[in-house]
Amino acid sequence: MSSISLRVNDKPQTVAIDPRTLLVELLRDELRLTGTHVGCDTSQCGACTVWVDGKSVKSCTMLAVEADGRSVTTIEGLAGPDGALHPMQAAFQAEHGLQCGFCTPGMIMSACDLLKNQPSPSEHDVRHWLEGNLCRCTGYHNIVKAVLSAADTMKGGAR
Amino acid sequence: MSAQGIGAAVKRKEDRRFITGKGQYTDDLVLPGQTYAVFVRSPHAHARLGKVDTAAALAAPGVVAVLTGADVAAAELGGMPCGWGIHNKDGTPMVEPPHPALAQGKVRHVGDPVAMVIAETKRQARDAAQLVDVTYETLPAVAHLAGAVAPGAPLVWDEAKGNLCYDWHLGDAAAVDAALKNAKHIVDIDLDNNRLVPNAMEPRAAIGHYDAANDRYTLYTTSQNPHVIRLLMGAFTLHVPEQKIRVVAPDVGGGFGSKIYHYAEELLVTWGSKKVGRPIKWTSDRSEAFMSDAHGRDHVSHAQLALDEHGKFLALKVHTYANMGAYLSTFAPAVPTYLYATLLSGPYVIPAIYAEVKAVFTNTVPVDAYRGAGRPEAAYLLERLVDKAARATGIDRVQLRRQNFIKPEQFPYQTPVALQYDTGDYHATLDLALKAIDVDGFPARKAAATARGHLYGLGISTYIEACGIAPSAVVGSLGARAALYEAANIRVHPTGGVTVFTGAHSHGQGHETTFAQLINERLGVPLEMVEVVHGDTDRIPFGLGTYGSRSLAVGGSAIFKALDKIIDKGKKIAAHLLEAAVGDVEFKDGKFQVVGTDRAKAFGEIAFAAYVPHNYPIETVEPGLEESAFYDPKNFTFPGGCHLVEVEIDPETGAVTVANVAISDDVGVIVNPMIVDGQAHGGLAQGIGQALLEECQYDPEGQLLTASFMSYCMPRAADLPFFKVGNHVTPCTHNPLGVKGVGEVGAIGVPPAVINAVIDALAPLGVTDISMPATPEKVWRAIQNAKGGAA
Repeated sequence: MSSISLRVNDKPQTVAIDPRTLLVELLRDELRLTGTHVGCDTSQCGACTVWVDGKSVKSCTMLAVEADGRSVTTIEGLAGPDGALHPMQAAFQAEHGLQCGFCTPGMIMSACDLLKNQPSPSEHDVRHWLEGNLCRCTGYHNIVKAVLSAADTMKGGAR
Repeated sequence: MSAQGIGAAVKRKEDRRFITGKGQYTDDLVLPGQTYAVFVRSPHAHARLGKVDTAAALAAPGVVAVLTGADVAAAELGGMPCGWGIHNKDGTPMVEPPHPALAQGKVRHVGDPVAMVIAETKRQARDAAQLVDVTYETLPAVAHLAGAVAPGAPLVWDEAKGNLCYDWHLGDAAAVDAALKNAKHIVDIDLDNNRLVPNAMEPRAAIGHYDAANDRYTLYTTSQNPHVIRLLMGAFTLHVPEQKIRVVAPDVGGGFGSKIYHYAEELLVTWGSKKVGRPIKWTSDRSEAFMSDAHGRDHVSHAQLALDEHGKFLALKVHTYANMGAYLSTFAPAVPTYLYATLLSGPYVIPAIYAEVKAVFTNTVPVDAYRGAGRPEAAYLLERLVDKAARATGIDRVQLRRQNFIKPEQFPYQTPVALQYDTGDYHATLDLALKAIDVDGFPARKAAATARGHLYGLGISTYIEACGIAPSAVVGSLGARAALYEAANIRVHPTGGVTVFTGAHSHGQGHETTFAQLINERLGVPLEMVEVVHGDTDRIPFGLGTYGSRSLAVGGSAIFKALDKIIDKGKKIAAHLLEAAVGDVEFKDGKFQVVGTDRAKAFGEIAFAAYVPHNYPIETVEPGLEESAFYDPKNFTFPGGCHLVEVEIDPETGAVTVANVAISDDVGVIVNPMIVDGQAHGGLAQGIGQALLEECQYDPEGQLLTASFMSYCMPRAADLPFFKVGNHVTPCTHNPLGVKGVGEVGAIGVPPAVINAVIDALAPLGVTDISMPATPEKVWRAIQNAKGGAA
């Protein structure tokens, strides 16, 4: 077993884990943060996307020990402490950017990272950024609309 | 229309838990003391099963038990049942082979489960599964339809000669042959409908829990229809009385048909839990899903359309081989028969139709209903054929469709293939779609693409489907072994809130919102005071679940029927309190009012009076305000419409870009336009996926070549444009809501529009045919072949 210390959603955590443990397994099985999902086993679907030190990462493709000393944010850490939705979360609801909800946490975490890099993306930019996130329900139509709408909302005050 | 009732695009009530990561899917649940199951699956397509040596696995760290086909046989568990029996042309029943939960004697497809390893952790179970030593004696296998029906082909089942499951037909062969003899034009087509993997983003999962203290089983499972699973387990597989089984389908991450069926894993974790005395969780890996979830489509067809000299359709003759896979999944035999051949009239008047369908066993994963189920195959065949007929006769393809449409005044329209369409207006949806895509601007868009050195084409599809599954007596006469009504229970609480218990199941469709809108529409209760409960057999009296675009047409109608009873009872209570005759009380705008007076009681007052009856007609009216209703549809519903697609093709690479999509559907009355549009978008993505990207491939020996998202091409955001979605409403005439269903229209209507567009773009080069999926390689080769032919 290896002991690692990291911050998850701004809370310090120290855990003893099998070195084979993936970051997504640490989050889901050890820390019970089940908003991060597993939809494939080949790093294709992006349902497991979280932020590590603020950058989006597919947590099925990173060993938990690699997160030692780093800061991880999951979908559960996105809304404000008062429960106020992040503008990206609000946009997904407002634009009907989700149906079954399974891909949604990964979509939201990935889309937020896009806006950090590119606050005013075009439709083309959004569609290409999201190539690493699969959705089977929405045809991406309303997801793309949600990301564009969140970009509008967040201009000047990105979180 | 109220701000929250029928027709209002209200935001979804269920969204908050999903966007904050608080959804509860099956794999998110943890039961105290739970163990983990991993399945050992056959790597061979066809093999005799020798010794299954579990000793090393049993000795591995953390292993609790290893169960095999021998244990399943010893426990006398029932095989996985098939819910639909089809009869051959000669009246004999189809071949219905056994389907043991763990393989016995032989394995028949890659992924066929052989053993279940149960351990303290998933990793230990996975490690130990590697240690189960299975001896296989491999046998010749067949995977493709052509190979399976060839003379001398290896047999999947000894009892199925020629690998035939059934040889079925529908329609009037003599009338069709006579029409073919006298026709001016006969247009022939050969088509494959590519095999697909549904790939809901949430992989299947199941947790079985046997509670010895109460002698009761609970199964948490990724199901579209938990009551059906309980019924099948009680009656056929687990052989335990239903009151001792609870099936819960919590949040489910998409289904598209693949989560309808009763799967072996559900049975095994439930049964195994009693054996090991602890809960057992199984969660499918994606690669495992590719070889264990039911697949879709996989038809090979030949068809002929006869036309007179004016382009009038005279007759249609269809021959189809349908791949069943190695075993019959729950609904499988119905898909290429009653959900396919009955739709071959499309939106057209075709006086004579004859269809022959041969269902074939192969050494592949079972094939069953996938979004559209039979209807996409029918629409694809017909719309490819009509386009080909337009080219053969020189009649414009829009005009040819228009002149053969069933006209609005011809409804109800009896087709020659059993169905009677109640209503529709195909001219209206066609006109709307042509306008939406700006068909007049097509030449300019094509010219612009040509200037870029690209090819550009427009494709059309005018389709119909049958959904709202299904009138019980009708499907019973066609071989369904269960009724297909739906149930609803509505509980009005003393303080005026409402809980709706529905037998339908939402796995993305938004029932928690749409069904609440029905309550708001009828009772005036705000959505915030309505809760919709689904997916738990202990909370909901009964139900048949969600598939075949049935939830609103059948489940919603059951809710309306229960609401009628609520309002009737409310009137009796109000009449008593208002000292009026029941016949003088009307319910309007959320109030029970004595007609022609200002004497009224608000709905909330009546709810309160029903439960706290100080002044109550207790001798004649039971206290409480809770009603149940079952709704059995009188007919299928018939959504239809027109899908138009423009594609741009780079001739250097063969890459097809979907440039423009405009659709106009008639899905009947629309309760929530936002949700309805979303359903259309999702169906379109899957339909475009089938046309351009997706194909489940086996090699001829039955090895699965596409077993991950690396090799099976799923549609991604950059593969699709924004869609232009419009509607024209003709209300369904036979259900109280006037709704038809929208879940499947996109997947049904759009594939032929895409392929017709590709052929339209390539036609100047002389290309007349291309098969799905029209991948860059296939398109490039078609272009090269055409060039070679011209040279």
